Amino acid sequence: MSTVSYKNKDAYSSSSGLPDKMAVFQECLQQFNATPVKTKKCRQLLAKLLRLIYHGEEFPPSESTTLFFSISKLFQHKDSSLRQLVYLTIKELSSSSDDILMVTSSIMKDIQEGDVVYKPNAIRTLAKVLDATTVFSAERLFKNAIVDKNPIVSTAALISSYNMLPNAKEVVKRFTNETLETIQSYKQFPKDQFQLHEYYGSSTSNLPATSYMYQYHALGLLYHLKNHDKMALMKLITTLSEGSSLKNSLSIIQLIRYINKILIDDESLITHLYPILSGLLKHKSDMVELEACKTLINLQHLIKDDQFMSIVTTLQKLLGVPRTATRFAAIRLINKISAKHPEKIIVVNIELEGLINDSNRSISTLAITTLLKTMGAGTIDSGAGGENVDRLISKMTSLMDEITEDFKIVIIEAIENLALKFPSKHKKLVAFLTDLLRDDGSLQLKTSIVDALFDLIKFLPEASAKQLILMNLCEFIEDCEFTELSVRILHLLGDEGPNTSNPSYYIRHIYNRLVLENSIVRSSAVISLAKFAAVCGGDVSKNIKILLSRCLNDVDDEVRDRTALSLKFINSDHKKLIVSGSKYDLAALESKLTHYLNETDFASSFDINEVPLLSSEELKSIEYNKKINKLESSNADASESNDNVKGSKTEDDRSGSDNLANDLLKQQEYAQELSQVPEFADYGKLSKSTLTPKYLTDKENEVVVTVVKHFFIESQKLVLQYDVTNTLPRSLIQDFSVIAVPDNELYEEDFIIPLAELKPEQTGTVYISFSTPSIEDEDLLAAFGNTINFINREIIDDEGNVDEADEGYTEEFGIEDLEVLPGDFLAPLYNSNFSAAYDQLPHHESSVVTISGVNSLENAVSSLRSSLNLLPLDGSDYVPSDTNSHVLKLFGKDVWGGKVGVLIRLALTGGKVVAKLEVRAETDNFSTAVANGAY
Amino acid sequence: MGQAFSFANIFGKLWGISKEIRILILGLDGAGKTTVLYRLQLGEVVTTKPTIGFNVETLKYKNLTLNIWDLGGQTSIRPYWRCYYSNTAAVIFVVDSTDKDRIDIATKELHLMLKEEELQNAALLVFANKQDQPGAMTAAEVSQALSLTDLKDRSWSIVASSAIRGEGLTEGLDWLMDVIKDEQL
Ligand SMILES: Nc1nc2c(ncn2[C@@H]2O[C@H](COP(=O)(O)OP(=O)(O)OP(=O)(O)O)[C@@H](O)[C@H]2O)c(=O)[nH]1
Ligand SMILES: [Mg+2]
Repeated sequence: MSTVSYKNKDAYSSSSGLPDKMAVFQECLQQFNATPVKTKKCRQLLAKLLRLIYHGEEFPPSESTTLFFSISKLFQHKDSSLRQLVYLTIKELSSSSDDILMVTSSIMKDIQEGDVVYKPNAIRTLAKVLDATTVFSAERLFKNAIVDKNPIVSTAALISSYNMLPNAKEVVKRFTNETLETIQSYKQFPKDQFQLHEYYGSSTSNLPATSYMYQYHALGLLYHLKNHDKMALMKLITTLSEGSSLKNSLSIIQLIRYINKILIDDESLITHLYPILSGLLKHKSDMVELEACKTLINLQHLIKDDQFMSIVTTLQKLLGVPRTATRFAAIRLINKISAKHPEKIIVVNIELEGLINDSNRSISTLAITTLLKTMGAGTIDSGAGGENVDRLISKMTSLMDEITEDFKIVIIEAIENLALKFPSKHKKLVAFLTDLLRDDGSLQLKTSIVDALFDLIKFLPEASAKQLILMNLCEFIEDCEFTELSVRILHLLGDEGPNTSNPSYYIRHIYNRLVLENSIVRSSAVISLAKFAAVCGGDVSKNIKILLSRCLNDVDDEVRDRTALSLKFINSDHKKLIVSGSKYDLAALESKLTHYLNETDFASSFDINEVPLLSSEELKSIEYNKKINKLESSNADASESNDNVKGSKTEDDRSGSDNLANDLLKQQEYAQELSQVPEFADYGKLSKSTLTPKYLTDKENEVVVTVVKHFFIESQKLVLQYDVTNTLPRSLIQDFSVIAVPDNELYEEDFIIPLAELKPEQTGTVYISFSTPSIEDEDLLAAFGNTINFINREIIDDEGNVDEADEGYTEEFGIEDLEVLPGDFLAPLYNSNFSAAYDQLPHHESSVVTISGVNSLENAVSSLRSSLNLLPLDGSDYVPSDTNSHVLKLFGKDVWGGKVGVLIRLALTGGKVVAKLEVRAETDNFSTAVANGAY
Repeated sequence: MGQAFSFANIFGKLWGISKEIRILILGLDGAGKTTVLYRLQLGEVVTTKPTIGFNVETLKYKNLTLNIWDLGGQTSIRPYWRCYYSNTAAVIFVVDSTDKDRIDIATKELHLMLKEEELQNAALLVFANKQDQPGAMTAAEVSQALSLTDLKDRSWSIVASSAIRGEGLTEGLDWLMDVIKDEQL
């Protein structure tokens, strides 16, 4: 019984009535070995067997061998439907038996001269039966099958070749010409293909003559054969996109995806590839049009505005088609555009408004959230503000009455995003949210409003906004039926309230909770008040002590405990225990703990100092980044979360919400690695490493070199870590070293740790240590010219040995330069009030530069952002598309612990971007370095 | 399928030999087994590749239905021969008469096979093949080398053949049919 219930776990097939395994086994042996073969009986038996196998049943090795040989005996019968089942079964057994090669000849014969009905089965089975030693004997067979006139045979051969790639890449490579021939050919289903089955009866005339599916499979195979050869791939793409050689929509979609991949690798190819993509924006298949739109949207930084408009035009058309899936896909893409460039889709506002009433909920939700953004953009553009926000709000307000809570939550998120993107418009939006908070609603709805308000408090720059929201929250808890929300709000009030201009206002509200609420809320109120006492001090502290002392008689244990503890801390001046400025990075803590549990023998205790401590500002930077990243990706997924479908991780998600936390972890890993090298033992604490290795060679080069910079600021050392990969399959690399020559004399090489030997496919590391100038010195920045030098020795046998007589030859050549930039000394840091923080920084410097290699303000912003490694504040990384000037506000801290703010005025003139940088820094001398070295 | 009651069929049923007769063709790789099989079935010489596994063909010969299994002779495949022994009426062992170097191995494989329980009642026909080639051993020489005279309790015969020219094959098969008929009756 127990086995039955266990099997039931498989949701797709019920185990009820599953035949008995051993009985089937016995009967198979008996029937398959009999002469003459009873075809019908055997077919039924094979079907039973397959059902068992598909259900996950397995036979022990010896049984499975016996079974295989008896099945192989069925090859004596020519019945084609029996043969089909034989193939299906052999395919399943192939993974569990080595004896499988015994059917090779029989299968090959079927492929050569067998019935077309089971030929495809035979081909697919052969791919499973062949191994590295037998694959050669089937080469001709596969080539013929690939070019077979019958599309089904051809498809089977193509798919099988694809499946053989991992084991027989060399052989499959030789199918290239046949595959090319097939992709360009016209193959028709044989006239009698369907008449074989009475189901299709005489209606064969209604069936298409071909599906062109073989083109799709052929393209997939070709791509795998060529994807390391960019030139060949480009040629393939150009050939296939000429005329209309690809008829199958799926294959065109696949082609678009390959184009996309190439472009991600090498953006300069856009000039060649854009015409192809834009041509596909008008196609008879809406799938193709959508794919083209999607790809171009992802490449929008590479295309011009008028080119972009043609995408929008296509999407606009697709919004009106009857097919729901298409409409959904189209609006999703529009929504994606709206996250960054709402102004570009204002033209579809009318269609969007129409779609608010779409019968499909996902579509209407996306329509609403998109509209919210485009309307917001309209507001910005007009500059006049007011009216548009009013119009928007009134539209929303009227909408709110008609829609369900799920929708409301989506709208709330959209409103929050809007407020974050356009901080200057926060007042009306906050008012909208707080109004909504007053209305009736479930816990879920209220939670999402409170979440939104919390975020706004954290990230809106103006103190007045903060105050406004806090006061509204105070009002809300006066009459809040949800304990968990009250607790969260009290916690926040404790964190934020003491630093406002009117703490007593909040204290009053919190105290009311102490009198009126249940014990859980009361105990949170206690802690909250204690924070006020700790931070404000003076009279406030005195009064709170009086208020709290009343709670010492509370009926509830928890409330009394917390009160007593808090009073104790306040009185004894242990205020750090009530409010602390920093927290451990939880992600790092978790990973360290896991590591500790898995790797060590518990001989030493866990060292909490290894976990980075984050100041509240740093924490905010992390959260802010998360928020912004979520903004960019979540909108596209809004509909999914709304339907409670867990959306698959899209590419956008990978850009990662935990970036900063991950960076910290990576940094720790480097520190760990370097500490293993004795030469660096006395270098002290690793201050900063560049996190993404920089390629100094092509990724396809024979030796691939990447470099990471490690700065030890205190001991004034720079360690360059060159990671070297030997991609030459037949060469042993020896005595690998790098000659790095700085253009700044203040950098002096201490020593190099070269690499003795590198086998094929191996990666090794060369370290070079430099003494660096200090911050007091004149010039902090430098560029290093790099040359690599090694001995290349040919490998003569399969064991990787070299000919001792042959000394090999020395190779020496230059690779790309490496620069030390201001960004190397900087890290992003959040500050909710850029202007105030910026004005306080003492050291000024400014410069004017032309930013090379970019042709738009948007690209200039992202380039500056990454070269300076600072955090854009006040939403200043968003550049409206129809402007010629922009102000970028970047903030961060340097490795010496000082804050750095950079105000950059950008102007676009004559296709060039000119930037005026005004740098302010806490660290003397550093502002100069930043201003001069940014570009 | 409609007219199953052909005379031969009724006759066959009467004599109790309605079932198919199972014959194995064995021998070292390159001996000419596959060539023999298709020469018998199609009457022509086909181009062959080394057999990885087996070929199986059904053919009518003198009112008998023969179910002939030609197994590959490569070293890697020989261990699998035994999986196909059961219910075998006769073994045709093909020898490359020009391959004097490997006649010893052929002898060893032959006797190893004949020891098997499942083949105790099987008749043995040996083709001393490739007689068309100069320097081929004669049937008598092959017989000698294979120590066929040592065989006890078994019907056996050796026939000089050339699968390429089609010589000796029917002669051998005729002998085999006579033996099998005798045994079945
Ligand atoms: N001259 C000559 N050549 C022959 C004769 N019979 C077969 N061959 C050749 O011998 C070679 C091998 O023949 P196959 O029939 O493939 O040999 P096989 O015994 O099936 O070999 P495996 O399948 O590897 O066990 C082929 O080139 C045949 O043309 C023959 O009587 N005379
Ligand atoms: Mg053969």
